[in-house]
Amino acid sequence: LSATPEIPKEDGRPKWDNKFQYILSCIGFAVGLGNVWRFPFLCQIHGGGAFLIPYFIALLFEGIPLLHLELALGQYLRKGSIGAWNTISPYLGGVGVGSWMVSVLVSLYYNTVLTWVMWYFINSFQEPLPWSVCPLNENRTGFNEECHESTAVNYFWYRKTLNITPDIAESGTLQWWLILCLAACWAIVYLCTIRGIETTGKAIYVTAIFPYLVLTIFLIQGLTLPGATEGLIYLFTPNLNTLKNPRVWLDAATQIFFSLSLAFGGLIAFASYNPTKNDCEKDAVTVAIVNSMTSLYASIPVFSVLGFKATTAYWDCLDRNIINIINEFDLPEESIMRQNYTSWISFLNSSYPEKIAGLKLKSCDLQEFLDQSVSGTGLAFIVFTQAIILMPGSQAWAILFFIMLFSLGLSSMFGNIEGVFTPLLELQIIPQSAPKELLSGIICLICFLIALCFTLGSGSYWIDIFDRYAGSVPLLVIAFFEVIGVVYIYKIKRFSKDVEWMTGRKLNLYWQIVWRFISPLLLLIVFMAFVTLQMQKSPSYAAWNPKYEGFPMKEEKVYPPWVHAICVLLAALPCICVPLVALFHLVKQKRRSKDPSFVPPEVFSCQGANS
Amino acid sequence: YVWDANEEYLFKAMVAFAMRRYSSKSTTQISNVLLCNVTDRVSFWFVVTDSSKNVTTVPGSEVEAAIRMNRNRINNAFLLSDKTLQFLKITSTLSPPVEPSTPVWLIVFGVVLCLIVAGIVFLVVSGIQKHKKKNKESTDRENLEEKVEVTLENGIPCEALDLKAGHINGVFAADDERFTSL
Repeated sequence: LSATPEIPKEDGRPKWDNKFQYILSCIGFAVGLGNVWRFPFLCQIHGGGAFLIPYFIALLFEGIPLLHLELALGQYLRKGSIGAWNTISPYLGGVGVGSWMVSVLVSLYYNTVLTWVMWYFINSFQEPLPWSVCPLNENRTGFNEECHESTAVNYFWYRKTLNITPDIAESGTLQWWLILCLAACWAIVYLCTIRGIETTGKAIYVTAIFPYLVLTIFLIQGLTLPGATEGLIYLFTPNLNTLKNPRVWLDAATQIFFSLSLAFGGLIAFASYNPTKNDCEKDAVTVAIVNSMTSLYASIPVFSVLGFKATTAYWDCLDRNIINIINEFDLPEESIMRQNYTSWISFLNSSYPEKIAGLKLKSCDLQEFLDQSVSGTGLAFIVFTQAIILMPGSQAWAILFFIMLFSLGLSSMFGNIEGVFTPLLELQIIPQSAPKELLSGIICLICFLIALCFTLGSGSYWIDIFDRYAGSVPLLVIAFFEVIGVVYIYKIKRFSKDVEWMTGRKLNLYWQIVWRFISPLLLLIVFMAFVTLQMQKSPSYAAWNPKYEGFPMKEEKVYPPWVHAICVLLAALPCICVPLVALFHLVKQKRRSKDPSFVPPEVFSCQGANS
Repeated sequence: YVWDANEEYLFKAMVAFAMRRYSSKSTTQISNVLLCNVTDRVSFWFVVTDSSKNVTTVPGSEVEAAIRMNRNRINNAFLLSDKTLQFLKITSTLSPPVEPSTPVWLIVFGVVLCLIVAGIVFLVVSGIQKHKKKNKESTDRENLEEKVEVTLENGIPCEALDLKAGHINGVFAADDERFTSL
């Protein structure tokens, strides 16, 4: 049914300068913003150290096998995602098209997140940091009201950066400062991917290694901050009871899956530039383990800083209460300190309860401050920036932090763009004689123009939609069809032989079992559970509305029906490709079999399989 | 520093100074400022009397205005700030944040953008040059191959062919007869 791929010798395909570049590119693609701002959050809400158990089980039975599958596939077939799946079987070509589409959608919104990082980065050179003080209102008698009611950090993020509208239906205007930063970001992406892996291979040395340096610096600094130990204890204290909740297992599985950037087609593209006699098994295990270790390593400074922030907030709360009490009772300065606060409070409460009640003291609880867990952009742009203001030398820390986020995101962008670029190059969209620089330029330009939508006032709501719908469900579907396609259509025996030929040793029984049964089953369960959970939650979003009564809390709003339709479209479009392409080929086949004079092209395709 | 009678004296002096500056009357003396209810917290009430008008107190609004005008000097005298030296009922006007003429972030952005554009131009130009060099090389190679072909005639290199003398074809030179027999 499917053509045997030839093993080409010198086919003029670009290749990596050395093995290290390839490994580094895969690691850079896998290690992204999610390692810093999603994994620590999950660890925290799912019982600390206990979360590592489902995490590592998912890594063993889902992450590593799928990664090995993709790398082996790309390396053996030496083609991008569309070409590779067409080679495996024309009926499975839809899998390649689907993953190409997901790469496009994710590239669009991922670079906008990098735009926000860049905006914060170029604002970090100011003294004092612009998110540390509230601007004054018109008559200079007080602070700007929106800023005063929430915090200066929130104001800078929602007003000065996003200029967010209170509703997703209100588009607002294009924010010119974000457009400038978006143009700069896409220019940087173009600069680094201009000639495909020739240029990304050089850029990856910086963008993949630099974050580790900065993480180490933050680790050392974070551990010296007061309150860091509380944060770390809070993070890592295992609470084994949470393991009874199936939600925890689902989150672990999805985190491993999305963290390794599987089913994007980028890994297949990277591996296709390898020499065929390369040990893909070792590569896969290396990349997966480095990715998980990085997540763990990153959570330590993140939680030290969060613990520091919670402790500082707790001390501020105590101090405010102490000032109020001292003013009320005219006690001498420094008579009540943080240490003897509780004893003083109990004494005063017993002797003057009415006065204490009249003061309306806020109860200060360190646990409550530690419990304020955030993930995603909230962690980076609100919580962390607030913590940075409190550190001495805040400009330097802010600059370092945002450069680190930028390089983390940029190395993941390389993988996304490669997943778009390589299949297009092979499909020969532009004539062979035109330079590669033209194709990458066209891709970057088109993506930039489409991504301008995200610089509108409602842009961040749309990015949330893309993240929730385009970057989640389709990937699970595509990965499921990947495993099924390789194991049952390409046949696992043939694939084992291919892998053995490449690595030079027999395939371990572990791979056979996992690829045949465990991974597809696991993916199916995860997919069902994920979709069920999404269905149960009514599609709502949290809007920032200054006119809301509960401001500064966010207002829960429901998506209007047309937005809901777009969500479903985003999730369904890449998945639909799989059956559509299969149907298309089926119809073509039937039409051909009805016409006996027409010679089936499969006869010729055997020789020219690897064009 | 400890709050003692000397500090109280300084405070009275500052208030008197503020009153003198505000109303430009040089008659206010330190003795006109009265402190009462001094607590350990270091909080107290004070009034300013007007000795020229028969020991009446200066209205509070005047005192407030005077202190507001000279707040900075009073703060600095005690090495304190608006937050640490509080006059209840006198809110401080906030100072506007310092804003440079061009926002700092635009400057940084300009630098970053220049670097990026320089990089792109460099890469594109070097790519074009490489392309041209490759084209030139391949056309050179083609010319060389043509010259080599020119010297091949019928598959036999010209040097091997002796164009003056001919080769005797052994098939036809079977015997010495040049003419066919009748």
